Amino acid sequence: MRKIKEYLIEKSLLSSALITIAITFGIISVLAVEAFQFFSEVSIVDFLTDSQWTPLFTDKHYGILPLLSGTLLTSFIAISVALPVGLSISIYLSEYAPKSFRKTIKPLLELLASIPTVVYGFFALIVVTPFLQQFIPGLSGFNSLSAGIVMGIMIIPFISSLSEDALHAVPKEMREASYGMGATKLQTAFKVVVPAASSGIIVSIILAISRAIGETMIVAIAAGQQPRLTFDPTVPVETITAYIVQVSLGDVQHGSIEYRTIFAAGITLFVFTFLLNTLSFYIRKKYRQKYE
Amino acid sequence: MNSITKNRLKDQLFKFWGIACTLFALILLVVFIGDIFIDGIQRIDWGFITDLPSRKAEKSGIYTALMGSIWILLLTTIIAFPVGVAAGVYLEEYSKKNRLSALLEINISNLAGVPSIIYGLLGLEVFVRVMGLGASVLAGALTLSLLILPIIIVATREAVKAVPSSIRDASYALGASKWQTIWNQILPASGGGILTGVILALSRAVGETAPLIVVGALAYVPFAPTNPLDEFSVLPIQIFNWISRPQHGFIENAAAAIIILLLITFVMNGIAVYFRNKWQKKLK
Repeated sequence: MRKIKEYLIEKSLLSSALITIAITFGIISVLAVEAFQFFSEVSIVDFLTDSQWTPLFTDKHYGILPLLSGTLLTSFIAISVALPVGLSISIYLSEYAPKSFRKTIKPLLELLASIPTVVYGFFALIVVTPFLQQFIPGLSGFNSLSAGIVMGIMIIPFISSLSEDALHAVPKEMREASYGMGATKLQTAFKVVVPAASSGIIVSIILAISRAIGETMIVAIAAGQQPRLTFDPTVPVETITAYIVQVSLGDVQHGSIEYRTIFAAGITLFVFTFLLNTLSFYIRKKYRQKYE
Repeated sequence: MNSITKNRLKDQLFKFWGIACTLFALILLVVFIGDIFIDGIQRIDWGFITDLPSRKAEKSGIYTALMGSIWILLLTTIIAFPVGVAAGVYLEEYSKKNRLSALLEINISNLAGVPSIIYGLLGLEVFVRVMGLGASVLAGALTLSLLILPIIIVATREAVKAVPSSIRDASYALGASKWQTIWNQILPASGGGILTGVILALSRAVGETAPLIVVGALAYVPFAPTNPLDEFSVLPIQIFNWISRPQHGFIENAAAAIIILLLITFVMNGIAVYFRNKWQKKLK
């Protein structure tokens, strides 16, 4: 009797774990089925090479490039902000800061990551854009610059926290050997500790990029809704995620080509983040083996 | 200047740069919250919380959106909590090192990195269309449950892993079965850690906007939901809607609603940190 009960419990716990596989399967099949129907009406060559994305207009074009450039542009700006700041914070906290300071600052920084993204969007549109307009007169009300900068601020804690964990995990002996040779903290940090923690730092950067690419509300609010193939940060653009939001807010018939465009856009986004996440998983795995 | 003083100088310079970067991030946090506070605090009164949405900014309240958020929170907890904890316990206590466990592990790590809007597309197709739930609170809660499941699973695994093996061994030595050991010893001992993870996951769910927009949550709902199949709005969507209107009154409303949303998020984070500290002391 007891054996049967134990067996049943184990299997029901297993089924909960298997739900996660079902989710992945669900995501891939939903995106694939709808995208397949989309590509039966739109040629994949047009999708990848056409420089216009106008599915909601009468003159319809289905080129993903403008959405992709919008996504990459905002993500690039975000990483340019978050990488130097986040990495400097992590090195400072791990190598220079007193322990008590580090202990209070880290949770405060992580508070930045817990703020809902719609709040960051508000900030980008209402505060940062008007502020930047004082210095850049040609800056449009919607632009990728302030959306990117604010997104960068949002992902600072992702980089600083994960990198700091990696730096902190580097054995003390390595630092002491370096100090013993007369190196300064700075030399030790950049020539010994950072290289030793490099895989962990790279993982944090990859995850931050993946996060930036998939971020939705900041860009939907502050970057605009005009898909255009440009790398000019002062004009309105549209990202893949913002397009999905734009269509979802409107009244689009299920089964129409407009409805399917969001899945075609979605699968493009999914492929990018999937590759980045898988890459980070393998780097992390290798790194773990190195230290344990 | 010889090379030693030069190196010391560089060292000091970097130290100041590091402090500057840290302060930069923290000052921004203060500026963010301060600015929103100044914009919105005057708008908050009892009426703002109990009024229905309206076309006029000064008459609009957040009642329906707040109720929607509470509904979403309750349903998401009911759905995601048991499943996530069960999966986490399975992976940590039962799963053997084989292909299936490797697959589960990489899969969960990957799911945690899938953009939230993709979960929205999944929910739109599976819950709203195929299961026929429509743009209901239930469909929204199911979608968010899938989104936070990986977070709960990872937190549960960490908490269970932190339970000393002596507790396990003692329980087995007294003749307890595996499940008895888990239910009577491991879950109580890891409870604080699990709770922390669940609350943090839920605080993320409260702030999510994009997946619910995709699922079809509305920006304007005249009534608060009364059952799981009702249409709904949530606070972040209400905020998004107000931000996208040009009139200044709505911006003030958005700031006021943000104050409420931040209050909820920070209180949840605070509770989570409290439980974590209490639990970590108990473990030692």
